[in-house]
Amino acid sequence: MENQILELQYAIDTFYFLVMGALVMWMAAGFSMLEAGLVRSKNTAEILTKNIGLFAIACTMYMVYGYDLMYGGGAFLSGISGQGETYSNASDFYFQVVFVATAMSIVSGAVAERMKLFTFFAFAIIFTTIIYPLEGSWTWGGKDVFGLYNLGDFGFYDFAGSGIVHMAGAAAAIAGVIVLGPRKGKYDKDGNSKPILGANLPLATLGTFILWLGWFGFNGGSVLAMASKESADAVAMVFVNTNAAAAGGVIAALIFAKLWFGKADLTMTLNGALAGLVAITAGPDTPSALVASLIGAVGGVIVVISIVMLDRKLKIDDPVGAISVHGVVGLWGLLAVPLTNSEVPFSGQIIGATTIFIWVFVTSFLLWLALKALIGIRVSKEEEEDGVDISECGLEAYPEFVVK
Amino acid sequence: MKMITAYIQPKRLDSVRQVLSDIDINGVSVTEVKGFGRQKGHTELYRGAEYVVEFLPKVKLEIAITDEQVEEVIETISTACKINGGKIGDGKIFVTNLEQVVRIRTNESGPEAL
Repeated sequence: MENQILELQYAIDTFYFLVMGALVMWMAAGFSMLEAGLVRSKNTAEILTKNIGLFAIACTMYMVYGYDLMYGGGAFLSGISGQGETYSNASDFYFQVVFVATAMSIVSGAVAERMKLFTFFAFAIIFTTIIYPLEGSWTWGGKDVFGLYNLGDFGFYDFAGSGIVHMAGAAAAIAGVIVLGPRKGKYDKDGNSKPILGANLPLATLGTFILWLGWFGFNGGSVLAMASKESADAVAMVFVNTNAAAAGGVIAALIFAKLWFGKADLTMTLNGALAGLVAITAGPDTPSALVASLIGAVGGVIVVISIVMLDRKLKIDDPVGAISVHGVVGLWGLLAVPLTNSEVPFSGQIIGATTIFIWVFVTSFLLWLALKALIGIRVSKEEEEDGVDISECGLEAYPEFVVK
Repeated sequence: MKMITAYIQPKRLDSVRQVLSDIDINGVSVTEVKGFGRQKGHTELYRGAEYVVEFLPKVKLEIAITDEQVEEVIETISTACKINGGKIGDGKIFVTNLEQVVRIRTNESGPEAL
């Protein structure tokens, strides 16, 4: 009888893990729609190709070597097909692999509309095989950082990946944007920022809602269990807090933008939802729902300020706001954990965040530079003006607009 | 004969068509155009940054009429296109001489062809 209950628990935990993983997989659709909505129509087909391509590359390269580097188990998953302790080992791989794809998706929006497609794919191969998995091995994998120190000893805590996934993706993105430069026409000769309007705000809104949905899997699944009263309670709380933080982010960004700019700014509001979600991801397990709303709301204000500062002061051209949403707010998420979790010291969070950022930023920066030297990073000026749909994909996303 | 060329707000097109048919105007050509006048465009907001839309969408009407109809048509169009008693951007009406008109089907010419 007891054995049967244990088997049932095993089945429920595995089932739960797989369904949550499928929700995270759906976030790839969210990123695709968000990015397709915030670029110009002449770059739509390319950003969509980039999104589905990077997803497949992430899934494949993490299987080839990334998972082994992060958690062990052998290249090509040779050692992980067997039975796990509380859930199937294969379900663990499945849940982890969609996180890698999420981290990689963050990069694609920031470098949109001007990067060569296959340069991006080449970066994706290295990022998902080595850069992300090694950083993941120091955190969720529990290994020492180059044999020097162990982040666990400092009390570093990142529940579902505000730092490990989101800030890491943003660190790779900002390195890429620095090497790549801004879009043509983004800054005038005096260095003033010029808005470049997104083509399709309904798609951007749909993408944001899809990401919001997927995030229940991202955070909810990270409880790693469902088949006991304690874990069911924990999962429910994580769902509630994830939702509350997103709502807090929306309300804060909406009000803050209205006060600052005088109008309700839709794309800032969408970024506010994502900022709320990123902010709560490091610790959705300990706050009350009200505190989770506030953590999300602070994220919603930070993201609006950060997007404007990066754009106007630092001249970092990030068409979708990925660096602010995932990087700056990801850091806030890590630093917010000690506010509600007394076992987590601020110092540990800072050491963890610094370790992740330096590793991902430096390796990404060098990799982007190497790719620039080897195969070129940017399409030509003419190709950029015509749109990368034509130069990279040979088609247009909306051919019916053209008079034949 | 005169040619009336009127640039109006797109949102006023429906009501203008209505009142023109009330005064028995039988033909109007409509073109969607963009341009600027004294208004010099207007500002919009994207991600916290204002930008100027320099060419605003307008609708161009072309109406060929007899000399006697000119005052009535001008009066009708401008009444229908004034927004809240007159606002910048309401539009402009140009009147030019029309030398000849020919109806292709019947070869009628002059005012009979209008």
